[in-house]
Amino acid sequence: MGTRIIKLPDVGEGVAEAEIVEWHVEVGQSVLEDQLLAAVMTDKATVEIPSPVAGTVVALGAEVGSVLAVGAELVRLEVVGEGNEEVAAAPREAAAAQAPAERPAAPQPSTSPESASQSAAVPSAPPAPVTRAPIGPPRPPGEKPIASPAVRRRAREAGVDLRQVRGTGPAGRIGHDDLDAFLRGAPKAGISAARAANTEVETVKIIGLRRRIAQKMAESKRRVAHFSYVEEVDVTALEALRATLNAENRSDRPRLTLMPFLMKALVKAVADFPEMNALYDDEAETLERHGGVHIGIATQTPSGLMVPVVRHCETLSLWDCAAEVQRLAEAAREGRATRAELAGSTITITSLGALGGIVTTPVINRPEVAIIGPNKQVVRPVWQGEQFVPRTMMNLSSSFDHRVIDGYVAARFVQRIKGLLEAPATIFIEA
Amino acid sequence: MAEIAAKVLIVGGGPGGYVSAIRAGQLGLDVVLVEQGGLDGGLGGTCLNVGCIPSKALIHAADAYERAAEQAKSAPFGLRVEHPTIDFARTIEWKNGIVGRLTSGVGALLKRHRAKILQGRAVMVDGKTCRVETDTGPQVVSAEHVVLATGSVPVALPALPFGGRIISSTEALSLPAIPGRLAVVGAGYIGLELGTAFAKLGAKVTVIEAENRILPTYDEELVRPVVRRLRALGVEVLTRARAVGLSEAGDALQVEQEGAPARSIPADKILVAAGRRARTAGFGLERLDLTMNGPFVQTDERCATSMRNVWAVGDLTGEPMLAHRAMAQGVVVAELIAGHRRVFDGTVIPAVCFTDPEIVTVGLSPDEARRAGHEVHTALFPFQANGRALTLGAEDGFVRVTARADNHLLLGIAAVGAGVSELATAFGLALEMGSRLEDIGGTIHAHPTLGEAFHEASLRALGEALHI
Repeated sequence: MGTRIIKLPDVGEGVAEAEIVEWHVEVGQSVLEDQLLAAVMTDKATVEIPSPVAGTVVALGAEVGSVLAVGAELVRLEVVGEGNEEVAAAPREAAAAQAPAERPAAPQPSTSPESASQSAAVPSAPPAPVTRAPIGPPRPPGEKPIASPAVRRRAREAGVDLRQVRGTGPAGRIGHDDLDAFLRGAPKAGISAARAANTEVETVKIIGLRRRIAQKMAESKRRVAHFSYVEEVDVTALEALRATLNAENRSDRPRLTLMPFLMKALVKAVADFPEMNALYDDEAETLERHGGVHIGIATQTPSGLMVPVVRHCETLSLWDCAAEVQRLAEAAREGRATRAELAGSTITITSLGALGGIVTTPVINRPEVAIIGPNKQVVRPVWQGEQFVPRTMMNLSSSFDHRVIDGYVAARFVQRIKGLLEAPATIFIEA
Repeated sequence: MAEIAAKVLIVGGGPGGYVSAIRAGQLGLDVVLVEQGGLDGGLGGTCLNVGCIPSKALIHAADAYERAAEQAKSAPFGLRVEHPTIDFARTIEWKNGIVGRLTSGVGALLKRHRAKILQGRAVMVDGKTCRVETDTGPQVVSAEHVVLATGSVPVALPALPFGGRIISSTEALSLPAIPGRLAVVGAGYIGLELGTAFAKLGAKVTVIEAENRILPTYDEELVRPVVRRLRALGVEVLTRARAVGLSEAGDALQVEQEGAPARSIPADKILVAAGRRARTAGFGLERLDLTMNGPFVQTDERCATSMRNVWAVGDLTGEPMLAHRAMAQGVVVAELIAGHRRVFDGTVIPAVCFTDPEIVTVGLSPDEARRAGHEVHTALFPFQANGRALTLGAEDGFVRVTARADNHLLLGIAAVGAGVSELATAFGLALEMGSRLEDIGGTIHAHPTLGEAFHEASLRALGEALHI
């Protein structure tokens, strides 16, 4: 028997580290070749790591939520035959005790032999599994609360469901003090047995994609001087055109939504406003204006917000745009989107679709400098000279990085998009 | 026709109904209580008139007589009694006196709390109205709330319809003379309490039970002292036996027993004690179209029926058919009607068998606790090791406690022995308060009392018993 160390493989170009988002195995479990060991997450993509050999899991390299450097120990397996560990002959206890100590600290992958042996000598507990005990009554669900008749009566009169009250007495008995404590904490008005206060608190670890989103959003809000600009757009003509095109109903073409029109309008508009299709490196203090229009499409997935990118929209037809958006959104939702498909956007569209609301204040997908957010379409009476006429109106809520985009420029840019959308034929007229 | 309007109409003056009426009166509600009276009723219901109270009176008298007879035979502590006799008519008169005092007491309590009593048969017209046939003509009562508390009646067996020699517990409590030979069909607590009393009074008693043992709803360990005592009293117990009818001459009970030839048991009286059923007929219940729960009116934890502002309490709503359950429910309903927030949420309903010796159970038996998924500690303390029991000449029996193994929370307490019915108070309180074994162990129990056995049983479950 030998010990085989599985290291975190290189999961994509330029990726130096990855976060463990899920373990598929546990210590003591036997695994087959190609059986999935863990899911790790890089900047955007989640990658499943299979086992290259069969064996028994001896130690896991890190807890869920930890970030491991590429090449760091991911899993330690006991395998038949010779392992790849230098100290394969060492007794298993020693190997197991060593395992956590050898877990490399991600920021400092190069440890001197001295410090390595030193750290190995320090016994440290193996990584404990993450336990998420909800804070709440410790009574098992369904078990009747224990309380004296006087306490029960007081609770009933106060509209308190004793199942919600934590008992601190012997055998979990609920006393008058426990009830007092609960009543002090519970809202005074409108409580009844039917609407008892729920005091349960569940702690959810923010890991993986959610953590990535949290970091990116906070970073964007911290660094970028956001300002938002909202304009209303008359999309009556656009909707008529869209309906006509969809009515053709060709099976080789996807159904058109507003999105591809907006994308094509953006391509057209950024030609006149190159500073909008740009990336601002605020450390180097440079603005990269891009020729190619790579539009990020904010997409809700089961694990959170992702932004797959439709590359080189300037080369795509209306239907190409539609098909690409559809394909990427599906890939993102199913977790199949590749790292390349989730990176490299130069400007982003964020649409809540039918939920769209009246106004949004989108957060810029840093280092981009502009984000465009169409809101919900509604038919509204619009004053046209002498009378109100029903028009399909839609707000466009956009945010810009005020450090590099002036308000006047942003307003003109949005007016340009508005002009294109209101006279959709102009989107397709070659200059 | 006279018409009365009230806030609360209570149908039935038994423990559920009259207690509800008293409490409603205390809370200032305007109450009309209808009681039909008759042979098996009157204020106080079955309990006061033909149940708990008269049977206990009879049991006490029979006990006293039997003890006297015992002294005459053997005088264990030197008391000499010569040829004791019992004047049974006087016994019944004494019993009736007690019943009379209590029922008139109920009437006085109701009056004091301004509950209006209507004597007569109530028939519900709808969920708010009822028609009462009184001696002075029909009356209509309309009320905002109706409390149904109609109680229960003895179950009749098709093969043995009541009448003549065949009697129910009601008649057994008012017999003109002690029957020479009494057959008791059904070895539940009613049949055994009365059968034992008549055996002590000198009747030749035979008990016929369909199950394989007496008191089948109690666990075997608790019943064993009762079996021993019945044997000592000369009561013949036939288990796995069925009463199939009267003999042709009508003076004997035909009994078929598993694995034995059919028998004819000569009997002057045949007491059918095959249980009780909810009284669901005769008062227009069908017009309310309430949701039923088998033979009972279905109620929720507030004793509310499926019809708004129609409540039901007591035996009408199901097992256990016990007066103290009905009374507790009656209070809950009255307070709910007065606008309080209440539920019927007792942890336990104690049950007592006034057999010889008495049995009291509160909460779960060890087996029931295990079936409920608990790991249990259980221990019993025999009265043989209790000083007070020995001075009473009543050493058969024990107290048994059942607690959760993990946190020692008491789940059930039971006892069998002379006079243990009074321990129901301590047992019930212990369970309602959520006591652990340590709570009982840490309570100083008076010496010398039977209750010390409760203390010792709890200590024993903790492995700390002192006197065994």
